[in-house]
Amino acid sequence: MTILHITYFAALRDATGYSEETLTTEAVTAKTLFYELTEKYHWRFTETDIRIAINDRYRPPDTPLKEGDRVVFIPPVAGG
Amino acid sequence: MLFQLTDRPIEPLISSLHPHTGAIVTFEGRVRAVNDDREVSSLEYVAYPELALHEGHAIVSEALERFDIIGACAIHRTGHLVINDIAVWIMSAAVHRKEAFEATEYIINTIKARVPIWKKEHYSDGETTWVRCDHCANPHDHSKQSKASLKRKRYATR
Repeated sequence: MTILHITYFAALRDATGYSEETLTTEAVTAKTLFYELTEKYHWRFTETDIRIAINDRYRPPDTPLKEGDRVVFIPPVAGG
Repeated sequence: MLFQLTDRPIEPLISSLHPHTGAIVTFEGRVRAVNDDREVSSLEYVAYPELALHEGHAIVSEALERFDIIGACAIHRTGHLVINDIAVWIMSAAVHRKEAFEATEYIINTIKARVPIWKKEHYSDGETTWVRCDHCANPHDHSKQSKASLKRKRYATR
């Protein structure tokens, strides 16, 4: 089990009702964590909609998670 | 500073920037009153600041490497903006205008595709929605899409 810090922005913050949470998970990669949280919150995003940041840098979905990581799922961006 | 986020008006920041030399191309992205045939009353920009600053700095650095320019910088607003406010401001300076135009376009396209900033539109009827622009994920698609197909999608979160 791994303890992680998740931060939510924009549409995911609205979907979860949280700006951040700390959770304990059996998910080994960011991708499996995304599926776990999709089950929990029923948000309307798929894996292809989302990019993943771990400790404030973009990382591939199959990146292994480590104790204490800060994970952010990035919904489609709309700057500019 | 190559890339800044600010929750204050951009206009005063521009006047303090020192133009380097030669051709200078600036781009201002402004809040417009209509999007997808809906009357927009205001916009709210939210950023993931740690990653946005990292990516924004990287994008301007890439432009400095890829194009024959002397300098470049970009500023993006966060917070609540009203119609005609500047949302993003970009400057590229070069000896010749071609490189400055190309670098400025590269920076705005890449900011829209990569920098974690989100935009919530507030409409005059009181509704709000987070905007998504799928084509922004690949800025090169913009030039290939018809105007109609570039319409932005809206999405509900529940």
